Amino acid sequence: MATTLFDKVWDSHVVRHVQDGPDVFFIDRHFIHEVTSPVAFLGLESRGNSVLYPERTFATADHNTPTINQHLPVEDALSANQLDALERNAKKHGISHWGLGDINNGIVHVVGPENGITLPGATIVCGDSHTSTHGAFGAIAFGIGTSEVEMVLSTQCIMQSKPKKMRINVNGKLGLGVTPKDVALYIISKQTTSGATGYFVEYAGDVFEDMTMEGRMTVCNLSIEMGARGGMIAPDQKTYDYIAGRAQTPKGADWDKAMEYWKTLKTDEGATFDAEFNYDAADIEPMITYGTNPGMGMGVTKDIPTAESVKGGVETYRKSLGYMDFHEGDSMIGKKIDFVFLGSCTNGRIEDFRAFCSVVKGRKKADHVTAWLVPGSHKVVDQIKEEGLDKIITEAGFVLREPGCSACLAMNDDKIPAGKLSVSTSNRNFEGRQGPGSRTLLASPLVAAASAVEGVVTDPRTILTANANA
Amino acid sequence: MAYDKFEVLTSTAYPLPIENVDTDQIIPARFLKATERVDFDINFFRDWRFNADGTPKVDFPLNKDIYAGSKILVGGRNFGSGSSREHAAWSVYDFGLRCVISSEFADIFKNNCLNVGVLPVQVSAEFADKLFAAIEADPKTEIKVDLPNQTVTLLATGESESFDINLYKKDNMLNGFDDIDYLKNIEGEITEFASKRPF
Repeated sequence: MATTLFDKVWDSHVVRHVQDGPDVFFIDRHFIHEVTSPVAFLGLESRGNSVLYPERTFATADHNTPTINQHLPVEDALSANQLDALERNAKKHGISHWGLGDINNGIVHVVGPENGITLPGATIVCGDSHTSTHGAFGAIAFGIGTSEVEMVLSTQCIMQSKPKKMRINVNGKLGLGVTPKDVALYIISKQTTSGATGYFVEYAGDVFEDMTMEGRMTVCNLSIEMGARGGMIAPDQKTYDYIAGRAQTPKGADWDKAMEYWKTLKTDEGATFDAEFNYDAADIEPMITYGTNPGMGMGVTKDIPTAESVKGGVETYRKSLGYMDFHEGDSMIGKKIDFVFLGSCTNGRIEDFRAFCSVVKGRKKADHVTAWLVPGSHKVVDQIKEEGLDKIITEAGFVLREPGCSACLAMNDDKIPAGKLSVSTSNRNFEGRQGPGSRTLLASPLVAAASAVEGVVTDPRTILTANANA
Repeated sequence: MAYDKFEVLTSTAYPLPIENVDTDQIIPARFLKATERVDFDINFFRDWRFNADGTPKVDFPLNKDIYAGSKILVGGRNFGSGSSREHAAWSVYDFGLRCVISSEFADIFKNNCLNVGVLPVQVSAEFADKLFAAIEADPKTEIKVDLPNQTVTLLATGESESFDINLYKKDNMLNGFDDIDYLKNIEGEITEFASKRPF
């Protein structure tokens, strides 16, 4: 029978199906961080349980870590306490731990793939909704709650009902200045913030086949923003080339055996989905959001839609625009901005910094703009330096910070002040997401860079075209 | 994490007819720094309940005396989207609520609720509208949520709708059990399965 990529991976991880209930679902790889794991360890210990497979869990500190002076003790007592708890729990239970200062430290969804922990056909969970990132490798990866973190620690399984299946095809060639982030924001704008609730998505078509692994990670990362449990892309030669030789990938005969399995990981001709959507690459522009959920996005040159023209309730829509202090019919181009954030598990990888630098090279940051450039990991920092991007960044008036989740969720000191407008390469524009009262415009690294140098929301194609003609 | 078992709940309800309420609103990230489950009641909907100076926003439904003590919250469509933080479900429970009714829930939030003893009841958009209208007409109107029979009833009019929950989760809620009890009981089957995984 013709089956989907998702079915193949899901079904091979079902330990048992509970009558009239969920599947007992086996987890190959489990990431933990300081914020959603402490209570899980408390639960584990209060029940007298131990960690069943410590070698299948990986700890990294990222959510509340400072992005300057990481060599000094963490000033915020509550954050320091969480970081200590992560280290203590990991040590006690024999779990690998990459704390602050460790060369492998960084954002969980950046360091997992970097170190070869993320593999095709694997099941991967973490107490973080952007775990969907790892679907880029043909893995089933999704976010879980703290109760489920405890389940994985103590039994390596969670109880999950199998989601429905959706395929999203995007075919054609992307235009100038259109990045994987724009593809994702475009899809989400069409699906709305809840359009894929109850589904697991497979992305297919030329656009994803042509995309780099980092681009695929950006797209899969944002799957949760349309309500999907996760998103995945069938592994191909690019996938194998990316993972080959990384620290924790299988080697030698194990690699050959794994490869035999991985080559079966694709959706068969004739397999069916519960829902399927087709989009045309030519319709996608550099995107920007204008509201308080990631579904409220549009081409950067467009005007903010009227309440009557969008799906969903008028009152909710007007509340959202009211929070943003925007009006129906406003143009986004030219709006004065205060902050720029480059980073996060969505856009904190080397290609994102290359894209940012392609725009700011030889230009200067606008004086009134505060910019936080936060690489996703120490390995990304090293690569930035190796390629000399740090010099471009400095010459353009920007400062490179140390790795972490930073202003994506503002648990550390990187908070956008109330009322200030931020162009951010992160994943959520919810009310107060980047700090109480902050206002967020989600966009690609190219849009962020162009806006940072102009000081207003800017279409990066104007700069990219000028560069090409120079 | 133990919770009180859930059978039949009759209560007034807080109305929150806003769509796409995300978990960053339910519990803002800056309150996720605890290593224990404390203070989540105070910080529940923190920035919608309180001004920056700590004074309450009197118009917000959760602050209105007329609804005080309700054990049910009726929310707008796509309730609980965004971050997977279980702290959002904890804050619902710790605030004193045992049931959230909406015409659509985000997946992770729904799972988290079931794992901590909050019953997510998904109703039709029409029934949700009826509930909002009934609460607006009479803030003291009572709603009965009957888990054994899987029905939700507006007591004033007797209008009722049934809701879905899988039998396994239903049994857990009725008994106050959680998944770890189940999983630990089949550990032998799990380790046998694990021994055959290629990586």
